[in-house]
Amino acid sequence: MSHHIIEAKDLSYTYPDGTQAIRGLSFLITHGESVAIVGENGAGKSTLLLHLNGYLMPTAGSLRVGDFPLTRETLAEVHRTVGMVFQDPDDQLFMPTVFHDVAFGPVNLGFPSEEVEKRVAEALETVGMVHLKERPPYRLSAGEKRAVAIAAVLSMSPNILVMDEPSSNLDPKSRRRLIELLGGFEHTKIIATHDLDLVADLCERTLVIHEGSIAADGATMDILKDEDLLTRCSLERPLRLQACPVCGTR
Amino acid sequence: MSACSHAAVRRRRPKGPWPQLLCGCREDQMNKRIAQIGLMDQLASQNTPVHRLDPRAKLLTTLVFIATVASFGRYEISGLVPFFLYPVTVIVVGRVPALYLVRKIVLVAPFAILIGALNPVLDRTPFLTLGPMTLSGGWISFVSIIIRFTLTVGAALVLLATTGIHGVCLALDKLGCPRAFTVQLLFLYRYLYVLADEGLRMVRARAARSFGRHGMGMQVYGYLLGHLLMRTLDRAQRIHSAMNSRGFSGQVRSMQSLRFGAADWPFMAGWSLLFFIMRIHNVSHLLGALLTEVVL
Repeated sequence: MSHHIIEAKDLSYTYPDGTQAIRGLSFLITHGESVAIVGENGAGKSTLLLHLNGYLMPTAGSLRVGDFPLTRETLAEVHRTVGMVFQDPDDQLFMPTVFHDVAFGPVNLGFPSEEVEKRVAEALETVGMVHLKERPPYRLSAGEKRAVAIAAVLSMSPNILVMDEPSSNLDPKSRRRLIELLGGFEHTKIIATHDLDLVADLCERTLVIHEGSIAADGATMDILKDEDLLTRCSLERPLRLQACPVCGTR
Repeated sequence: MSACSHAAVRRRRPKGPWPQLLCGCREDQMNKRIAQIGLMDQLASQNTPVHRLDPRAKLLTTLVFIATVASFGRYEISGLVPFFLYPVTVIVVGRVPALYLVRKIVLVAPFAILIGALNPVLDRTPFLTLGPMTLSGGWISFVSIIIRFTLTVGAALVLLATTGIHGVCLALDKLGCPRAFTVQLLFLYRYLYVLADEGLRMVRARAARSFGRHGMGMQVYGYLLGHLLMRTLDRAQRIHSAMNSRGFSGQVRSMQSLRFGAADWPFMAGWSLLFFIMRIHNVSHLLGALLTEVVL
């Protein structure tokens, strides 16, 4: 389908205290793309993500999510289209058991209970966490929490997955498992992160944000090799693209 | 903090309950308390005849119990004693560790003691004379308050240990309690851990830089609390945004249904009837009279 798109036109947002967090962003993300949003701390990544789930409304410019322009009236549709995985799973998992948490979205969408149960089972199956169904979310490990948070979003069958720092606080093995899991998804993916190795693994396209504007938008490998750009935006080449620390070759 | 510096910290600790409560040495105990709250969940997930009852039956029985106990006159003691039958039965059948419950009751006991503390001073009317000793009405009513407190708090805890907070909230909801209230209750419980964890991390950070002397005073404690409040507000905002992005529209819908089974009616009616009987007849006196009759 061609309508799973996100289109920003001169998107700007100024916080009530006068801080201009993003200024004039324009980009188009089409169906099935996997896009990384990178940039230094305070570059405006989080502000941009908060627009994608409608928490913030642009102060100037416009944003289109799927078939709908982002307005207060279309919020419900936008929420249905975009599955947002938050940085801290504790913010996202608030129900008494994993099952109820994953069911929260489908129940709110008004599905009958058999459908809800089917969706929960499928979502937990996808992330490999069926065995945790009856457990309270606050008793899980960080890796399990992250997986359940993703399941909680998958159960609503969103077209677009938006993730804020998905690999933060994970041990290397959980991180690897997460990358494999995300790599298997066919959704349109938007991932804001500092983990450039993850970007190299998962995203074919990268948006670099610097001081609220787009500094670069292009193929991930081109951007990760552009030393000047990376330095200017407080980033650095991912480890695998750096010279070997032992023999000095690439 | 390492164990070896505890003595030094304790020696230099300023007086007063607050710094002591938040001093680094108490971290172990705070951790333990948080873990103990978790034990309640484990207890609630057991499978015994009491656990299998409908949460509504247990909730209503507990409410009848509390109302009956509270309705006794202020000087009543002997009439209250038979009421221990209910919590004790549930503890035994529901396999709840009694010692754990007693500890929990003791933890909140200061509130009851505070309420009744002035009774012996204010109410000096002689009530009972035992040889040279005269018991004043104040003391009798004080003891009555403590018994009533133990019974009611005990019953509430037993309910929680055999039903779980989720079950209790579900029952409240199905019985027509306002949604806003039950949802608040659920969230309060859910974020207790997160809040305690955040508080603990801040206390640890302070202890690591205060070397037992500075930073333990009332002023820093105030900053700490203020900071915790700000963090809580921020988190509340993030949670709300997470809920919204999953289609939340001001109402937490529950997909769980409850069934009032064959065992629930007899449980509720039987106990309520017993409470009623124990309210109008003083079972302690009856037993005493019976015993004297048999012996004489």
